[in-house]
Amino acid sequence: MKAGRYGVYGGQYVPETLMSALIELEETYGRVSLDPEFSRRLGWYLHEYAGRETPLTYCENLSRDLGCRVYLKREDLLHGGAHKLNNTLGQALMAKFMGKRRLIAETGAGQHGVATAIAGAALGLPVEVYMGEVDTRRQALNVFRMELLGARVIPVASGTRTLKDAINAAMRDWVANSRDTHYLLGSCVGPHPFPWIVRDFQSVIGEEARRQVLEREGRLPDTVVACVGGGSNAIGIFYPFVNDDVALVGVEAGGEGLDTAHHGASLSGGSVGVFQGALSYLLQDGDGQALETHSIAAGLDHPSVGPEHAMLKDSGRVRYEAVTDAEALHAFRYLSRTEGIIPALESAHAVAYALRAAGDLGEDGILVINLSGRGDKDVAEVANLPGGAA
Amino acid sequence: MSRIDGLFARKNPVFIGFTVAGDPGIETSFRVAKTMIDAGVDLLEIAIPYSDPVADGPVIERAHARALRAGTTPDDVFALVRQVREHAPDLPVVLFTYYNIVYRRGLDRFFAETAAAGADGVLIVDLPVEESGEVAPSALRHGIDRIALIAPTTSPERQHAILREASGFVYLISLEGVTGERDRLPLHVAGLVGAVREKTDLPLAVGFGVSRPEHVGAVAAVGANGVIVGSALVRIVEEHLGDEAGMHEALRTAIKAMRCGIVPDPGPDIPRRERVEG
Repeated sequence: MKAGRYGVYGGQYVPETLMSALIELEETYGRVSLDPEFSRRLGWYLHEYAGRETPLTYCENLSRDLGCRVYLKREDLLHGGAHKLNNTLGQALMAKFMGKRRLIAETGAGQHGVATAIAGAALGLPVEVYMGEVDTRRQALNVFRMELLGARVIPVASGTRTLKDAINAAMRDWVANSRDTHYLLGSCVGPHPFPWIVRDFQSVIGEEARRQVLEREGRLPDTVVACVGGGSNAIGIFYPFVNDDVALVGVEAGGEGLDTAHHGASLSGGSVGVFQGALSYLLQDGDGQALETHSIAAGLDHPSVGPEHAMLKDSGRVRYEAVTDAEALHAFRYLSRTEGIIPALESAHAVAYALRAAGDLGEDGILVINLSGRGDKDVAEVANLPGGAA
Repeated sequence: MSRIDGLFARKNPVFIGFTVAGDPGIETSFRVAKTMIDAGVDLLEIAIPYSDPVADGPVIERAHARALRAGTTPDDVFALVRQVREHAPDLPVVLFTYYNIVYRRGLDRFFAETAAAGADGVLIVDLPVEESGEVAPSALRHGIDRIALIAPTTSPERQHAILREASGFVYLISLEGVTGERDRLPLHVAGLVGAVREKTDLPLAVGFGVSRPEHVGAVAAVGANGVIVGSALVRIVEEHLGDEAGMHEALRTAIKAMRCGIVPDPGPDIPRRERVEG
């Protein structure tokens, strides 16, 4: 397999002006990832600052309801409230080792922007975050959070004024400023080497989960479930299990249903195309224009997905399913009430799939769900929906 | 001899104009192209509108959005190329596109349609040489030049690799950044032209940020064989959305002024050009 490729997927479909920055990033990351000083410092930040390792919680009530042994990998307990910080601390530290003086990032709902602002503050690097104008209004609290953490939020008024346009704007900034700026991409998408770097920094989730479940159960789980937007939390928990006899299920945003135009399920409902630097699955029209997407979970509301997931879909190693907004919302309320854990709406998609499919495992079956983030950020939005807390 | 080779053989430097097909509407777009040609553009670059034009600055990005809102499809772009070809049989035409448009259509079909419409070259802005392996044979089979891009940050090794695959002319990106107008051209343009000139006999055209008559003159003065003006012309379209007559007039005036920035090479092979008014 060619470097930077996952099967046929991935690659570097970027303007010539970005190539030197990508080549520099690949070389530096290759070097830094082997540097014991880098590992030592990242280890310190993950453990002492971010709160790793995160628990693998056995959920008694959920297990009773589902008829199998259910564990949650608690990324919601990581500092910042989601798995995003694993990647932002890793990349921000890498930027320091590279001598970069400024971080830029894109954000949709604001979670990655907040995680980048946290990492920038901790490591003393100024942060500018591109955010679609529509999202700055929908997620005003996260805009404030980023500003409180010292970051500058730049509203993006082009295109659909959402996440994909924020990525475009950040890439444009990087094209112009790559000499002193690191673009801290938030998911396992984009041109090589980003999917590789993000997977490396997120794999800590799966490494811990694998060790924890072996300690507790003396064997590997039967199934691991994670939600997939760009796919970083999923690739992080899947990757250490890829060579094991463990079923892996990625859950995409089914929105109002895959038979409608309102979803974000690029693997289940899209086709192969080049988007934002990589060949992968894409929600596109017949001419190759990216389509508008929809999900109740802003973090899954994106027309494409990381190229490694595209390969894992084609090979059949990972099964990709979609759950609807309504199923995710039900799971959001259900987990809150049943276990006292409010999941992010993104993570609620993984819980919703478990509610649908756990019956197949049997009472000795072991199911691990990646609870990628906590749901406090979604509480206000859900409160305004019909049904509220019900 | 191809239209592109023929142009650069008889004229130095050449003036290259850029327009987004379908901006602001499908029919107006042909009239814009016609005005640009009649005002003295030597080579026309026509962009296929795309939903996510990351290499472009805000002015051209808005043009892509206007063209898509007007419903412009790649079929419409090929139809526009046929109209331009009919209007100006000898004018070289280069399609400027993002790769997913090409990929989605299928490489061979895309280049076959490009050739059938009468375009001479294709510039795929987000397809660096590392990814262009499958595209090269397809373009060659249909006799389409693949216009290569070289940036100020392109290493000498990569310049060699890019030039090995290039044909027609080479597009030198004058600055680090996206397309768009700049007050001043960066100082390194002369160095870039000189460095690439040592490695190839292909004509060199400079673009990105060229927007004023004095930029055009400066680029020509450092030995480039062509200058490319994009955002400055697209902006004129944008500023005259409700006034098509004014749009054409402003385009004519701007193109004539910018062409005046070019000091013609007095070499013996260069025929006298029509006089341009300032």
